[in-house]
Amino acid sequence: MKVTRTDILRHWDIGLVGALCATAAFIVPVLNAGTALTNPLHVSDFFVTLVGKLTCYSIVAVAMDFVWGYAGILSLCHGLFFALGGYAMGMYLMRSIGAEGMYRSALPDFMVFLDWKQLPWYWMGFDSFGFAMVMALVVPGVVAYVFGFFAFRSRINGVYFSIVTQAVVYAAMLLFFRNATGFGGNNGLTDFKRILGFPLREPSTRAALCAASGVGLGVAYTICKAVVASRAGRVLTAVRDAQTKVRFCGYDVVSYQLFAWTLSAVLCGLAGALYVPQVGIINPSEMQPSNSVEIAIWVAVGGRATLAGPILGALLVNGAKSWLTVAFPTIWLYFLGALFVFVTLVLPGGLLRAPARLAALRRLVARGAEMLRGVAARRSTSPAPGSVAVGKGQRP
Amino acid sequence: MAKGSRVRQTLRVCALVVIFLSPFGSAWADPTPFESALTGLAQASPDAVSRAVAAIAASGDPRALRVLQALMDGDLVACESDGRVLVRDRDGSLHDARTGGAADGAACRAPTVDNGVRRVLDPLIVRLELLAADPALRVAAVDEMAKEASADDAVALREALAREKEARVRRAIVAALAELDLASDDPQKRIDAIAAIERESSMRLRPRLQALVVARADGTFAEPDARVRGAAGQVIRSLDRKQLAVDAMANVLYGLSTGSILLLSALGLAITFGLMGVINMAHGEMLMIGAYATYEMQTVFRAHFPNHSDLYLVAAVPFALITCMAIGAFLELTVIRFLYGRPLETLLATWGLSLILIQAVRSLFGAQNVAVENPPWLSGGIEVLEGVVIPYNRIAVVLFTIAVVAFVAYVLRGTTLGLRVRAVTQNRPMAACMGISTRMVDTWTFALGSGVGGLGGVAISQVGNVGPELGQGYIVDSFLVVVLGGVGKLVGSVFAAFSLGVANKLLEPTAGAVLGKIIILLAVVLVIQKRPQGLFAPRVRSVESA
Repeated sequence: MKVTRTDILRHWDIGLVGALCATAAFIVPVLNAGTALTNPLHVSDFFVTLVGKLTCYSIVAVAMDFVWGYAGILSLCHGLFFALGGYAMGMYLMRSIGAEGMYRSALPDFMVFLDWKQLPWYWMGFDSFGFAMVMALVVPGVVAYVFGFFAFRSRINGVYFSIVTQAVVYAAMLLFFRNATGFGGNNGLTDFKRILGFPLREPSTRAALCAASGVGLGVAYTICKAVVASRAGRVLTAVRDAQTKVRFCGYDVVSYQLFAWTLSAVLCGLAGALYVPQVGIINPSEMQPSNSVEIAIWVAVGGRATLAGPILGALLVNGAKSWLTVAFPTIWLYFLGALFVFVTLVLPGGLLRAPARLAALRRLVARGAEMLRGVAARRSTSPAPGSVAVGKGQRP
Repeated sequence: MAKGSRVRQTLRVCALVVIFLSPFGSAWADPTPFESALTGLAQASPDAVSRAVAAIAASGDPRALRVLQALMDGDLVACESDGRVLVRDRDGSLHDARTGGAADGAACRAPTVDNGVRRVLDPLIVRLELLAADPALRVAAVDEMAKEASADDAVALREALAREKEARVRRAIVAALAELDLASDDPQKRIDAIAAIERESSMRLRPRLQALVVARADGTFAEPDARVRGAAGQVIRSLDRKQLAVDAMANVLYGLSTGSILLLSALGLAITFGLMGVINMAHGEMLMIGAYATYEMQTVFRAHFPNHSDLYLVAAVPFALITCMAIGAFLELTVIRFLYGRPLETLLATWGLSLILIQAVRSLFGAQNVAVENPPWLSGGIEVLEGVVIPYNRIAVVLFTIAVVAFVAYVLRGTTLGLRVRAVTQNRPMAACMGISTRMVDTWTFALGSGVGGLGGVAISQVGNVGPELGQGYIVDSFLVVVLGGVGKLVGSVFAAFSLGVANKLLEPTAGAVLGKIIILLAVVLVIQKRPQGLFAPRVRSVESA
């Protein structure tokens, strides 16, 4: 197939995402691990971790956009799926500490602290990396499937669905805050030492994790893009725009919604699993309702139903957050809040559609100016402006 | 009737004379036993003082307790020269114990109070306190006696029980007596004691009974008599049944109070979200601003009206309402107005607004929690049942909730604004055609919802912490209440809030606070599955538009 210039212009978003994935998966790790400290192109370890983190957020943003932008389901509990994936990975990392914890016990420190004598059943198997990775995808998927099954079957839609999901993530947060739940209570899981035998402190491990996140983003984007472009994606979009009509056409709306919803949750789990070894901690605050709202904000800022836009949104909002919290620690929330208001009011299509929106605005302004000129011209020619006005009860 | 009135008038005059003369009465009347006993205090020998103390206690005079208490505390002086006994007041002035008049204690000294005297004095004071007018004092006296009760005390307690009317004091006395009798050698006495415990349903002695019926390691019992054990077992069961009922009662009462907090926090949202369809994530911040308005009023009153600072809460109600209405109207005019019909984007914009409001409050008042104190007329509580104390602030919150609901109902049902709001909610284009300025109505409705949120904040400031993040804790619950009750149905919100509150309190003892809350959340999610439009939504046959 011949690729023309038009094709490239039309699919520039794919190129953009490809470039971002390559940056995270290849360029940054190589510049960090492959260059000397004195090299001007050298990238600091801090920056590598930052890029890795932002890439994980981007995966979540893509997953969120897939389900919100294309299926019309605004989830306010994606933080839960993210955290579930993170906890699965955290459990593996916890087990791989072995007896090097503070208490020199084979059990995780917090269990020793709680005076537990043996591992609870749901911690079984997390000694194995493979099992933990599978669980990081399966657990969010199953949770999403079960919840979605009941919700979509009852035709809970729109705002109701959002509010119910918010209640779910809130309940989960309370559950994980309990010490007795067995996930470390409000401290969560932390103090990790190594992954697959590689020490987590080592810059090369971090670079590899960053690269893995970049690959993960590529995989997530490709899957979502493929689904959206497929026939099923068309049906999903139709469900978003006219659910009742699609149902009356004989489509099984619930299956389509469930599919999109579960896939999105699985991708979040993947992001969580990649995120935790890089930041070195997972605790229930990831499940704060506000975190899940923020995910929706990334998508809104970047542009719904574009898949590439939300990545930009995640990068921009989180980048702004890290910069503003340092530069203006006391007033940064004003900026963040204003950004949300500004984007929803002025850029309803998000950043990615901003050029089109601006062009439309410019056309509007131009038309307005033209009309004004026309009015001015007419006024200068008509001697008595009041006499031609159309008032109450008058027929022109 | 003239004769009758004259008789009454004469009586009244006599009464006046008696009252007028009473302070001087003792001056010329024969000395009462109390007064003659007082002179004994002035003597030097401790034995004589002890005898005097016993005589004073035995006199049954209402002044006796005061005198003995003063003697115990070293606030009493006796004058050997004329036999006067003076009592020192809390402010240091001296009064004559007989007449009550002010006196000069120059030539007087404190009586000799050695350990012997104290031994006599101590139980006598307690026994006199049994006669005190204040029930709380009487209960304290009974408890004091129960600590190391003697046979003498038992007699005194029985006398006290015979004349006691107050249930609280009776229970205390019965408990003290039963404790005494349970230790007696006569099995019949022990059984009677157990029966008395049941009659007064005194929960306090349940552990004592329990100890009787539980077998020791070697198979023997603390209580040798099987009949007594049987009686004790029965009474334990009956007490437990009663306790269960009391607990359920208490839970319902506490649940109503939790429910009213929920309702107050959700009622404003029921207007902005329920009636207008605005996903108002900034609603929690309206609660927060209402609470800060209360704090501001407290500060203002302390600075400018220190004499009436207790009344700040009364002023806070309109202040919070107006502040939040103004902020709500401002937000509607500047942001929310442009987002109608795009519910999910409203969610994001209002989230941004909530961040801005939180930061604004942080900049103005600091990031720390501020102290909003209950005015004195809201501190304390009443004991409705044994062991169930309802604090006044909780009662006030329930009453306030009723008032706010009535206010909202009145505004929506009884005013022109309410009529327009309902018209616009039901059919916007038609209302516009009838000449209603729907934009104006939108602004007013949003302002009203925000203002009611502010009122909720006033109530929350009285029962919880006030900090910039106050609203975040209420927003999830508030939305659940509105959704569970049925969007657009205020009655539904009321019902949902109270059922959630009561269910929460009923679950708390068995499941624990956190798990109880989780169960409630999941239950609500399940209920919404069953009734997606809420409990009180009207049933319609049409398919809702996608």
